[in-house]
Amino acid sequence: MSSWDRATAIKLGLSALALATIAASPLAGASNLGRPATPAEIAAWDIDVRPDFAGLPAGSGSVEQGMEVWESKCESCHGTFGESNEVFTPLAGGTTRADQDSGRVKSLVGPNVPQRTTLMKLSTVSTLFDYIRRAMPWNAPKSLSDDEVYAVTAYVLYLNDVVSDDFVLDQDSIREVQNRLPNRNGMTRDHGLWEVAGKADTHNTACMKNCAADVEISSSLPEYARDSHGNLADQNRSFGPVRGTTTAASAAPAATTAPTQPAGTSRLAMAEEYGCTGCHAMDDTIVGPGFRQVAQRYADKAGSLDQVAAKIRAGGSGAWGSMPMPAQEQLNEEQARELAEWILSGAN
Amino acid sequence: MTGSSKQRGRISRAPENFLSQEQIAAVSSGRRDFLRQAMIAAAAVSAGAALPLRAGEAAGDPEILDLPPWSKTLGKPVASNPYGSPSKYEKNLIRRESPGLTRVGAASVSFAPLQGLFGIITPSGLHFERHHQGWQDVDPARHRFMINGLVRTPKVYTMDDLMRLPSVSRIHFIECGANSGMEWGNVAVPTVQYTHGMLSCSEFTGVPLSALLEDCGADLKAGKYILAEGADGSSMTRTIAMERALDDVIVAYGQNGEMLRPENGYPLRLVVPGVQGVSWVKWLRRIEVGDQPYGTKDETLHYVDLLPDGAQRQYTSIQECKSVITTPSGGQTLIGQGYYTITGLAWSGRGRIRRVDVSTDGGRNWRTARLETPVLSKALTRFNLDWQWDGSPALLQSRAIDETGYVQPTMPQLREVRGTKSIYHNNAIQTWAVAPSGEVSNVQLG
Repeated sequence: MSSWDRATAIKLGLSALALATIAASPLAGASNLGRPATPAEIAAWDIDVRPDFAGLPAGSGSVEQGMEVWESKCESCHGTFGESNEVFTPLAGGTTRADQDSGRVKSLVGPNVPQRTTLMKLSTVSTLFDYIRRAMPWNAPKSLSDDEVYAVTAYVLYLNDVVSDDFVLDQDSIREVQNRLPNRNGMTRDHGLWEVAGKADTHNTACMKNCAADVEISSSLPEYARDSHGNLADQNRSFGPVRGTTTAASAAPAATTAPTQPAGTSRLAMAEEYGCTGCHAMDDTIVGPGFRQVAQRYADKAGSLDQVAAKIRAGGSGAWGSMPMPAQEQLNEEQARELAEWILSGAN
Repeated sequence: MTGSSKQRGRISRAPENFLSQEQIAAVSSGRRDFLRQAMIAAAAVSAGAALPLRAGEAAGDPEILDLPPWSKTLGKPVASNPYGSPSKYEKNLIRRESPGLTRVGAASVSFAPLQGLFGIITPSGLHFERHHQGWQDVDPARHRFMINGLVRTPKVYTMDDLMRLPSVSRIHFIECGANSGMEWGNVAVPTVQYTHGMLSCSEFTGVPLSALLEDCGADLKAGKYILAEGADGSSMTRTIAMERALDDVIVAYGQNGEMLRPENGYPLRLVVPGVQGVSWVKWLRRIEVGDQPYGTKDETLHYVDLLPDGAQRQYTSIQECKSVITTPSGGQTLIGQGYYTITGLAWSGRGRIRRVDVSTDGGRNWRTARLETPVLSKALTRFNLDWQWDGSPALLQSRAIDETGYVQPTMPQLREVRGTKSIYHNNAIQTWAVAPSGEVSNVQLG
C-alpha cells in the first residue's frame, strides 16, 4: 500500500509518541546506519494490496482482455478453465450461486470435501489481485502490467461465475466483487494460535500409570505402500543401534529427488532449475511432451538443434496439441542451445 | 580416562570406556540412580547383543588383527576439502522429497532426515526446504532491506548497515505449519523424515527487529501489524502481529556460525521464534508497518486450517507443544534384543519444554525421559530414555509438556476439535509400532 503518503500524513502526530517510546533505543549511536527511502523506491517495492483495498493501483481490465492474457501466459499450467490439476491445484469450481448469497462455501463442510479450489477458499478479492501481481506468471513474476492484473483477476472470477463475461474490473467495481465472493464470510480468527498466550484447543492430562488409553491400531501403511518412499535401508546409516528397513531393491536411487550430481553439473539439474520439469518429464507427457518424445520426433531432421533451442526461448503451440508453451526467456541463447542439445540426444 | 582411576574403582564391572567424564562427575555429585540404570543396561549389551567372533576368527576380530588402510597410509593434507562436507559413508542421510506430495520442484518441500540427527542443531545442509517459487542465490552486495508504512522515517539498509548493527545469536526451532499434515486422516508416510521432517533448529544471528523498527520510528500505537516480504519471484508475504514483532523476532543473516544457506534465504531472512516457518520470510527485502492484517495468499488460500463446520481459521501461527521419537522410529529395524536409548525431540512455540514422558505400551504407562541440556525457549530439546527391548511387540510414544503446563494431545483429541481436513498444525502424539522382528513402523491408535 502507498504508505509514504500515510507516513507523511501522520508524521506530525507521531513524532511526539515516537520520541517518547524510543528514548532508550539499543541503536543509540548506531542509528546513522541505513538511510531514508525515497518515494520512488517505496513505490517500486510497496506493491501489496490489503483486504480494505489500501494499496490498490489505478487501472482496469475486462474478462475478455483477461482471456487473452490467460491463453498466452496462464493456461499452460492452470488449464483453459482454471480447472487443471496437473501442475497446480484447480483455481475454479466447487462453488454455487447459493454460496455467493451466503458468503460461505458449502462444499467445504462435511467429511467428503473434494479437492479445494482457490475460489472455494478465497475470502478477500484483494488476495487474488495481490498474488497475481507479485508472483505470476510462474516463470516470469511481476511482468504483468496493472491493467493485465485487473484483466486476469476478472477472468479468474468469471471462470467461477462471480462476474459475467462482459465485466470490467477496476478499482471501484472490485468492491462490488468482494460482496459476491462465495467464501467471503468463511474465515474465523476465533482461535488460540495467533497469540503466544492464546488458549489451546485440547486439554490432555499427564497420566502416568494404568491410563485409559485406546491402544488398538487404527491405521498403518498398507503392504502395497511399503516401498512408496523407496528403499528405507538406504535412508538410514548402515551402523549404529538400528538399520533402515529394506523395503525395495537397493540401487534404485530412492526418490527421484536424490541428486546424484551437484546441481548445475547435469543438464537435468539445469532443466529442473529453469522450471522445465514442471511441465516435461523424461518419457511421458505431463503438460508438454516428454523430453525423449521430443528427441524422437526431431531425430535426423536437419536444423533441429536451432529449431528446438529457439522454441525453448520463444514458446509456441500446435506442435504437440493445443496447450501452449510459454516463452522461457529466463534462459539465454547459449543455455537454451545447451538444453536443446541434451534433449535431442535423448536427455541422458 | 587419565586421572579417573579413583572414581573407576568405585564402580564395579564398568565396561571399558563406558562412562564419560561428565558421568563420572555425576557419580561424585550423587546422581547414582541414573548411573545404576545405565550400568544394568550396559551389562545387558555386553551379555546379549555384542557381536560374537565368527568361526575361524578365534584369534580375534580381523578388523583389529589386520590393520586397515587408514592406519598404514598417509592421509590427505589440510584444506584439500576447503569447505568440508560429510563423510562418504553418510550419503544416506540427505534431504528428500515425499513422492507424490507436490507436482513442481520449485513449489515443493524437502524433509530433514531426523532419524539420523543428534542433539538439537540441524546441520545447515540438511535444514528442511520449502520454496514457493524456487530458491535464489541473492547477491548480498545488491540486496536491500526496506522498512516502510507507519514509520516516522521509511529507511533502506544494505547488508553493510545491517551487519554493523548490534547483533544477537539465538537458538530456535523452525517448523512448517504443515508438518505432519499428511497424517490427519490416517497413516500416510513411513518414516519420521516424512512425518516430522519439516522441522529444523539452528543458531541464528542478526539484528532484533524491534531495534530496526525503533530506528525507523515505528508507530507502535496505530501499527498493530507488520508485513514481511521476500525478494524472490514469489515475494512471499505474511502478516505478523506487532506484539510478536517486538518480542524476539530477528532480522537474521547468520545460521550456525556461517551465513544463511541460499535455500534458507541468503543473505537475509526473518526469524519468528515459535511461529510456523512460512512467516520466517526468506530473502527478506521489506517490512511494512500497518494497522490491519494483510490477507496475503499464504494466509488466505493456504496456511488456513479448515474446521469440520467449513470455517477456515485464519492467521493460525503458533506451533504448539509437540514431540517425536526419532530412534527407534518408522522404517528402522532394531538389530537385536537388549538395551536401547529411546531418543527424540520436543519443542513448543509457547516457551520451554518442561517435561517429556515416554510410553512403550501405547500410552497406558509412562516414564519421564531425561532432558539433555540446553533446554531453551522455542528451541528443540533432546530427550533420552533407557529401554530394554525383550523382543515383544511395543508401541512407542512420547508426550511433551511445555512451561505453560499444556500437554501434547493425542490424535483423537485433536480430531475431535479440528476434524481431519485442516492440514496444518498437527501436533499429535506419534506412535511407532515395534514388531518382534525388530521392524518399526508408523501407526495410529484409537
